Amino acid sequence: MRAGSTAGDAAPRLSPPPARLSQTGLYADADSLVVDAGNRPFTPQYPLWSDGAAKRRWVRLPDGAAIDARDPDRWDFPVGTTFWKEFTFAGRRVETRMFRKVTPDRWDFASYAWQDDQRDATLVPREGRSRVAEVAPGRWHDIPSQDECRACHDSGRTEVLGFTALQLSDDRDPLAPHAEPLTPGMVTFAALVAERRLSGLSARERATVPRIEGRTPVERAVLGYLSANCGSCHNRDSVIASLGLFLKHTRSARGACAADALATTIGQPGHWAVPDAPDGTSRVVAPGEPARSALLRRAQSRRPSSQMPPIGTVVADREALALVTAWIEALGAQPATACTPGSATTAR
Amino acid sequence: MTHKTATALLALTCVTLTTLIATASGPAQRPAATTHRTPVALGNYLVSTMGCHDCHTPWKLGAKGPEPDMTRALTGHPEDLKMPPAPALPAGPWIATVAATNTAWAGPWGVSFTANLTPDKETGLGDWTEEQFITALRTGKHQGKGRPILPPMPYPAYANLVDEELKAIWAYLQSLAPVKNRVPQPIDPPEGSQR
Repeated sequence: MRAGSTAGDAAPRLSPPPARLSQTGLYADADSLVVDAGNRPFTPQYPLWSDGAAKRRWVRLPDGAAIDARDPDRWDFPVGTTFWKEFTFAGRRVETRMFRKVTPDRWDFASYAWQDDQRDATLVPREGRSRVAEVAPGRWHDIPSQDECRACHDSGRTEVLGFTALQLSDDRDPLAPHAEPLTPGMVTFAALVAERRLSGLSARERATVPRIEGRTPVERAVLGYLSANCGSCHNRDSVIASLGLFLKHTRSARGACAADALATTIGQPGHWAVPDAPDGTSRVVAPGEPARSALLRRAQSRRPSSQMPPIGTVVADREALALVTAWIEALGAQPATACTPGSATTAR
Repeated sequence: MTHKTATALLALTCVTLTTLIATASGPAQRPAATTHRTPVALGNYLVSTMGCHDCHTPWKLGAKGPEPDMTRALTGHPEDLKMPPAPALPAGPWIATVAATNTAWAGPWGVSFTANLTPDKETGLGDWTEEQFITALRTGKHQGKGRPILPPMPYPAYANLVDEELKAIWAYLQSLAPVKNRVPQPIDPPEGSQR
């Protein structure tokens, strides 16, 4: 147990997820669905694309406990920490996921499917549930199985994806696709620091507003989007690290050219070739040539063997595709010396 | 048709092929899996009895008909075999077409090519980990977290193997001589076609 997780050893083991969402502690009043004041809302600055779902998120930290933030890229949450995320499609709540730290080294997952009357939600079996909401003609949102949950949340040894220094930064990216506004009372990085909810932060981390340094505003937003939507699998700690594609932003990367995402995409041949590109010309990102850029082509695809991300979405993210396309086009006009691929430096 | 449905149907094909092989090779007495002493030996036994060669070893025309070309055992679809576009299926309940090598399959999922299972670093399983391999067979995800593993790979059946057996298969595959054979990436079905 690391020092910052003050509630760890003393915290009782949590019981299995209850049968109904109203029994999880999310609501102060189950009839009116008023959220308990101890469950704090937050919104990541680079939201994960979920086929246009409107989402609400809350976190509950055990009273008096702090997050061990000695490793800025891998916060260690106290046992008892609980997250909830609510998915709404076309104005109707569809599912709420709960994510609890149950022991010092394990989180558990539970998904609750909302009833037709929208008054409560019931626990979904670990196998998940298919076709719970039609998000486009003939395309359906599925509640993921627990194995699918872990496909993203167990990757890179950091299970919480939307609650990081970068995601909670008070320095919001105005070009981030689908970003929701910060509203009063939301948890931010500065709020956690002020409330002494982060232990072990270095003086530099404390004084630095988390931010991705792109060479242009568009590049900043692209790197943030890729980090949030792709970086949970494509990172240095993932079981697929051998692919050599690292899209997760790390706080230890410094400077405008320090992003792994630049070094491992721009001009790199990659493992998947754009089908209609002449042999040997496909690149993960081909500066100035979106059509020859595998990263973009896979993000555009919703065909099973080529779509990225491979789970959690059945509709391509048009807003993000436009952003990434603009970035790739602009790369073709940038001087090659502006940021040489391979110049990335990280602390690891 | 979903991938899972197609996989289930085509898995029957694999089982049928396995049966044909077993019949052709006679009623040899095989030891029970538990009598194998090493993981590699158990893995060899499982690979030989579960039909892995049916698709991952290219077939050739032998004296008695099609048979797996064991000189290319478990190397997947041959790199030098460029497949023409798959023929259109006739009307009726047909679902797939298959190359004479049994290593390329075309159906509603597009065209899939069987993988090189030898431990070649660049083209086979050489840069996979045991965890990735086991997760892939349990979840049907390439490398344990990527794209879906495509039909006709009968991973839903293999997902029922216990850890010891999956680890043994991994140990056996890793004991093979690495063979450089770059299998083509899958080809998507045309946009707008049945998924």
